[in-house]
Amino acid sequence: MATATAPADQAVSGRNEHPLLVLTARRLAIGVLTLFLVSVIVFLATEVLPGNAAFAVLGRSANPARLHALEHQLHLDQGVLAQYWSWLSGLFTGRLGTSLANGEPVWGLVEPRLVNSAVLVFAAGVIGAVIGVALGAIAALRKDSLFDHVCSVVALTVTSLPEFVVAITLIIVFSTVVSHLLPAVSLLPPGTYAWSQPELLILPVATLVIVIVPYIFRMMRAAMIEALESDYVEMARLKGVPEWQIVLVHALPNAIAPTIQVIGLNFLYLAGGVVVVEYVFNFPGIGQGLVFAVDNRDIPVIQLIVVVLAAFYVCVNIVSDVIALLASPRRRIPR
Amino acid sequence: MAATAPPTRTGAVPAGRAGRHPWLSVLWTAARTPRGTAGLVMAALVVLVALVGPAFAPHSPNALLTLTFAKPSAQFPLGGDELGRDVLSRVLVGGRLLLLMAVAATAIGIVLGAAAGISAAYLRGAPDGIIMRSVDVILSFPQLVFALLLLSLLGPKSWLIVVAVGVSHAPAVARVIRSATLDVAERDYVKVAELQGMRPAKVMAREILPNLISPLMVEAGLRLTYSIVIMAGLAFLGFGQPPPTANWGTMINENRVGLPLNPWAVIAPAILIALLTIGTNTFTDAVARVAIGVDRRPEEAALVDELGPEQA
Repeated sequence: MATATAPADQAVSGRNEHPLLVLTARRLAIGVLTLFLVSVIVFLATEVLPGNAAFAVLGRSANPARLHALEHQLHLDQGVLAQYWSWLSGLFTGRLGTSLANGEPVWGLVEPRLVNSAVLVFAAGVIGAVIGVALGAIAALRKDSLFDHVCSVVALTVTSLPEFVVAITLIIVFSTVVSHLLPAVSLLPPGTYAWSQPELLILPVATLVIVIVPYIFRMMRAAMIEALESDYVEMARLKGVPEWQIVLVHALPNAIAPTIQVIGLNFLYLAGGVVVVEYVFNFPGIGQGLVFAVDNRDIPVIQLIVVVLAAFYVCVNIVSDVIALLASPRRRIPR
Repeated sequence: MAATAPPTRTGAVPAGRAGRHPWLSVLWTAARTPRGTAGLVMAALVVLVALVGPAFAPHSPNALLTLTFAKPSAQFPLGGDELGRDVLSRVLVGGRLLLLMAVAATAIGIVLGAAAGISAAYLRGAPDGIIMRSVDVILSFPQLVFALLLLSLLGPKSWLIVVAVGVSHAPAVARVIRSATLDVAERDYVKVAELQGMRPAKVMAREILPNLISPLMVEAGLRLTYSIVIMAGLAFLGFGQPPPTANWGTMINENRVGLPLNPWAVIAPAILIALLTIGTNTFTDAVARVAIGVDRRPEEAALVDELGPEQA
């Protein structure tokens, strides 16, 4: 807890680049390893574990001929390693076979959904982060004021709510019982892109923003309070630095550093949250696609969507770790 | 997630072994704070409805008695659902299994997570590496997606839902408990027990575990809230019990097309789920404030510790 310097970036770049590169490289290596293990788990879980995936798909309608045909389609007649290899290489070449539900190419089914979900997650994540950081910083500056207490209680309440309860509440208020301002479900056919009808994005994005803001708010408030009570802010005050400068230059950057991790976590959370929210609003993204695929036991689609979501998780984790490294100057210096 | 830098301070440890049941006094103190009382009352109310409700259901929950989405009437105070079943009866019946499954999944998650976290932190070395890498891998799946992946194997069986949600909790619990254990493992009484030749398993069970009661209580509360959220969510998505079983999550989905006709068929189960999760979460927050101090939860505190401005 010693060196109390201001976070201002007067760092000497020559000294700092090296450890940062090493840390980043190590983080990347761990990420790649994790991704590999994830792909193995998804593959094993969906293809090998339950005795035989072909049997799971066909269920009671299984007869030897159909079973054999499907086993061939899923490459189940090859060894486990060969199966895994053809699947893994398919992930990179886009040759992932066809959906078991309707026979269309898997990638063609998933790609438009992926874009739609990305739009949803990105919009919600950015809007939520800005609102959360702003509210958290204001609450910390006015600690124990009415604003602070109201925000904290509301945040605690909203954090506890399941997404679908928030979504249903919005539907009740904005599109059915109370008023009819916005569409309750999107009527976009699967395969079309969300921005063709932006008003359909409003309620899904609003739901996700409401769900993530409390986490970011809480973290920002806690980190900002800690920063405002720190030695270097005390030092700056004693030196007579103006209060606005203390807040903006000294406290805020140091409070945002740990908050970035929580913002990252919330992007992760959004990747899971889209499943329910897309289902509620009938929004054609990968979350809705996953629910349909699990319903139909459409194994190639389940595999692709789960791997994509996990890859997103791992990447966001790496990015938020690296940003956190960049944002907190003291961690760049080798220990 | 930071896979490096053991936290320098967790503060998540009660003062010692003073008193026979320090956690009872923590719970009692928490229950008497305004926040704690509010949370406890809300949660207790819903638990009461869920557990005792089935005995008071005025009609059979599965009988077709009235019109589809009938408006509330004297005979059917919350109206009818999508098939003309009594909403009140279905609400009274539809919480018990959800609650019991959530509690079971929480127990699985806490036991697995605590065992993994304590072993990783106390044994260090290879076990630590293997356990924490596995934690990273499971944490690479959104919890709900992990549960859906497991459910896609065998279909939505109730036991599988419990196991899937329980296992999906374990990694997060393991992380928190690991960082708390790192602190406790350095205490004198642990060192004394080791010098007396106590076996590692016994040290972990007798000397370390009792000092992790506070973080474990907070974790249990958090995971219970998440369990309810995830299980109700799975039911909402159609992965609950097969129809016609009444389930609050399923009811919200079944009846939302009838919102303009009889909103109560959606609002009643939604309010109960909301009250329950707000209640458990608020009470957990009160416990965390008493047990750990400050306004932070262990996960947030651990993050600040790892990355915060105070770190040298």
